[in-house]
Amino acid sequence: MAKITFSRSNLGNGFSNLWRLTVTAVVILLLWQAIVIYFEMPPFILPPPLLVLEKLIGSYQLLLSHSLITMSEIVLGLLLGLLMGLLFALQMLLFKPLRRWLLPVLIASQAIPVFALAPILMLWFGYGMTSKVIMAALIIFFPVTTTCFDGLRYTPIGYLDLAHTMGANKWRQLWHIRLPAALPTLASGIRVAAVVAPIGAVVGEWVGSSGGLGYLMLQANARMQIADMFAALFILALFSIALYYFTDLLLKALIPWHREQTGH
Amino acid sequence: MSISVQLSAASLHYAGAARATFSGLNLNLPAKKWTCLLGPSGCGKTSLLRLMAGLIDSSHQQSGEISCSDGLSIDNRISYMAQQDLLLPWLNVLDNVCLKARLLTGKVSAAEQQKARQLLAQLNLSGIEKSLPDQLSGGMRQRVALARTLMQDTPIVLMDEPFSALDAVNRYKLQDLAAQVLLDRTVLLITHDPQEALRLSDQLYLFSADQQLLPLSLPDSLPPRAVDSQLGHYQQSLLQKMQVQHG
Repeated sequence: MAKITFSRSNLGNGFSNLWRLTVTAVVILLLWQAIVIYFEMPPFILPPPLLVLEKLIGSYQLLLSHSLITMSEIVLGLLLGLLMGLLFALQMLLFKPLRRWLLPVLIASQAIPVFALAPILMLWFGYGMTSKVIMAALIIFFPVTTTCFDGLRYTPIGYLDLAHTMGANKWRQLWHIRLPAALPTLASGIRVAAVVAPIGAVVGEWVGSSGGLGYLMLQANARMQIADMFAALFILALFSIALYYFTDLLLKALIPWHREQTGH
Repeated sequence: MSISVQLSAASLHYAGAARATFSGLNLNLPAKKWTCLLGPSGCGKTSLLRLMAGLIDSSHQQSGEISCSDGLSIDNRISYMAQQDLLLPWLNVLDNVCLKARLLTGKVSAAEQQKARQLLAQLNLSGIEKSLPDQLSGGMRQRVALARTLMQDTPIVLMDEPFSALDAVNRYKLQDLAAQVLLDRTVLLITHDPQEALRLSDQLYLFSADQQLLPLSLPDSLPPRAVDSQLGHYQQSLLQKMQVQHG
């Protein structure tokens, strides 16, 4: 008689994620080194990983101070964009006549590339952090607003019927039913935003700035110090990945019912 | 708490629909009795319940009068149970049962929580107060929905196929339980299941193909009726009537 024993657990998930990440990183680094050796790349075209590591350690103070600027821009832009998107979606939901007027504004915010807007923003808000925060906020405005609006609009009709028969007013319905019901949809918008926001900030720095990783990369590029550029790029990638995973964990902790429904 | 409800000359025409869903319907819900409306899906019985619950959007053409025997408005004196349990997945069982207080005042008092615990215990649901709805089985979820309905403590209860998503055993059990705990309420139950209608009705109507309400006879015993041979005979003749009506 065949006997099948089941033993499954997802306890090891956190560990295996880290393991996968390490393996991926090691493979990329090895490939990188291999390309440098095989094609005899000069360091001003493709610096070997060890040289980049050297730069990371050697000029860590410079990198750190510029990293902090960029990270602040990204996080502030993310928060500002989330707030703007949320408010925009809410008033589209609550004031129906306004919706038709505001929808073109929303679409324009996405249709005009931030690259085109960047010089104007520099002109208006200066070379400091403000213009980059606004860039990051603008670039995530559309995904946040649309996911939030969709989430708020497609509340399961039964929930609203129930609230209606209980005599709940519009605002309590919004707070206790519509907003929590929209959270899983909004969460996917926030995940996209966490990935896209760094693009906005760095593009802003490239167009004109006095600090930040984008500024550093531009300077290093002009001086052919490609290893420095790679060091800055490495930090930016690391921070973006960390930001995404942090956001993901935060959202999962805040919306535990969504995971249970989907089984993830 | 004993209120009878009279629905007079109820008409409903959905915007864009070719013809009225129903027109000129009259229905009396006697106090502390279960009235059942039986009909196949799509016949308009759910629309009638939604009309009474005030759930039809004002963009649709509707008319009629709902009067309660005590002369007061029906508003805020109904509770609603649907085919889906409508438990909010982000609230635990206790908070779901106390939803009305949360929606009306923004908070749930200790006294209300205590009352909710008692109701849960009465429905054999002790110990799951802190569970989220997704952790419960379908039968348990619908029992929690029943507890929420009882917690609303309204004289009138409108039920739209609340048992139809359950398996046979759970359905039977929950029908008994609902009949027992909602004994002193004025209930309107919408169903497509002749057996359920026969088990639970004090008064039974068939929603006919031409949108009229045909009164039907019931066994002499009191609800909830057992599924015995007498009920079987009634069920057989009811099925034949429904076949004639709705083909």
